[in-house]
Amino acid sequence: MSTTTLPPTKKDAPVSAPAGRTSDRARSERKLGWLLAGPAFLVMLAVTAYPILQAAYDSLFSYRLTDPDNRSFNGLGNYTVILTDRLWWTSLGVTLLITVITVLVELVLGFALAMVMAKMLRAIRPVVRAAILIPYAVITVVSAFAWQFAFDIDTGFVNSWFTWLPGVSADTDWFGDQGTSLLVVCLAEIWKTTPFISLLLLAGLAQVPEVLQEAAQVDGATWWQRLWKVTLPNMKAAIMVALLFRTLDAFRVFDSIFVMTNGANNTESVSFLAYRQTISRLEIGLGSAVSVLLFLCVVLLATLFIKGFKVDLASARGEG
Amino acid sequence: MSRREKIWWVVAGVVILVYCLFPIAWIVSVSAKAPSDLTNGQFLPTKATFENYREILTGGSKDLFLPALRNSFGICLIATAISCLLAMFAAYAIARLDFPGKKLILSTALVVAIFPVISIVTPLFNVWRQIGLYDTWPGLIIPYLSLTLPISIWTMSAFFREIPWEMEQAAQVDGATTWQAFRKVIVPLAAPGVFTTAIIAFFIAWNDFIYGISLTSTSAARPVPAALGLFSGASQFENPTGAIAAAAVIVTIPVVLLVLLFQRRIVAGLTNGAVKG
Repeated sequence: MSTTTLPPTKKDAPVSAPAGRTSDRARSERKLGWLLAGPAFLVMLAVTAYPILQAAYDSLFSYRLTDPDNRSFNGLGNYTVILTDRLWWTSLGVTLLITVITVLVELVLGFALAMVMAKMLRAIRPVVRAAILIPYAVITVVSAFAWQFAFDIDTGFVNSWFTWLPGVSADTDWFGDQGTSLLVVCLAEIWKTTPFISLLLLAGLAQVPEVLQEAAQVDGATWWQRLWKVTLPNMKAAIMVALLFRTLDAFRVFDSIFVMTNGANNTESVSFLAYRQTISRLEIGLGSAVSVLLFLCVVLLATLFIKGFKVDLASARGEG
Repeated sequence: MSRREKIWWVVAGVVILVYCLFPIAWIVSVSAKAPSDLTNGQFLPTKATFENYREILTGGSKDLFLPALRNSFGICLIATAISCLLAMFAAYAIARLDFPGKKLILSTALVVAIFPVISIVTPLFNVWRQIGLYDTWPGLIIPYLSLTLPISIWTMSAFFREIPWEMEQAAQVDGATTWQAFRKVIVPLAAPGVFTTAIIAFFIAWNDFIYGISLTSTSAARPVPAALGLFSGASQFENPTGAIAAAAVIVTIPVVLLVLLFQRRIVAGLTNGAVKG
């Protein structure tokens, strides 16, 4: 059985002028359009395109800020150093692990939350909606501290509450090795961003045509069948947008790691590695090369998503 | 709905509330613990105290926290205002005018939104030092635009798209001047969208950590998250946990207030910008 979606309907065009207008009018509208949108466009380019080009240039030099006189052209030498270093591959592995785990859990949990909220009684919905925005709005650093204090061997309550779990005792040091540290980092990330995903998915759920649900129910489809054949296919756009944004966001993970482990026990992410090279060690050349590599990873991920899953973001919001 | 079912929905609601509020309750609890209570292994303090708040507001750590609070408010408000102003013009053009390049602007905003912040920090760190923007307010406001502008453009153009612009002409037909039509008809219709966008942009700027720790070195410009992340207490013999928790609670209050007051709008803003069928 194939999935069921309604045929696409033509979207209303914004406010388009009648067909037979003069080209003068069109030209002046075009000019006004760029005049109004131009500044925002230029500022966006200035704060991103310029720095990344500068980083690409800096990455070709052997350059330490503490030793500026010995700045010398190094070709792709910095990239060779990084790509043959175990640190890069460890941090890339950590970043990918965090990304995959958090995004998968968030998607499933967020969808469950969205389903519950969609059916919720009107009386409690505003309360739940306000509560669910709080993790989204809380500063990541604050959330990271809350989770760190909770699991910390001295200040935490987790060890005394969960002694009944196998492997947890009064002196379990969660931040003492890589696996458990990353587990706590993932928990903090999941807590903070699941609500945002669930709101996106809730908006997607609202777009699933009621008629299709009813028709499926009349035809005797079970709840499970309706979920897989009607609900999910009809909210593919919303799921993909949530997935794309969250994946790229998770890939930049930095704040929680900085607060919780400071990179100890092989818990560095790629962003953290770049930060440490540039800001702590003042190795502008090496740090820039890590930044460029991180940027390329993000571009690669985004391309894979948009081409692989055929996410058309423009048409997903009625732009196409 | 049967009584039984109703009870289940209430239970589900309570589970979600606990999920969302538990870590917040915990940090509030830590902030109320006296030093002797910090390591008691319990969720709650044996006796609540305001000692930690006194420490960061009037005590030894006030020079670490209060300037950071001022910096955060100032820098975030200015960055939000600039990006809302720029986004307002851009969103008006995108929602109302017919011009080639609309798609280019929206996709640029998207690319900027997914841009890894650390890749911007590395070159800025170097350049800001050379031109004297390192550790200043403008030195943070400019890069904050890369965080706030894309989301402002997307959210606001989604809002503006839903404004019934014909009402402007209708008002003019009824005898209003152009300015009156704009002032009395369009501004009230557009204001909620602009306002909601401003809240979301402010949240994003308020949350920044990487720019904050990388592009500042003193209390001249260091914002709260960076100050918290690098906080080590008034002296090295004190455990900073309680003071950090108290500061964390104070910076969480504004966002909680905004959320409680404007939850419906914020949800509309967040989902309008991203998912629109």
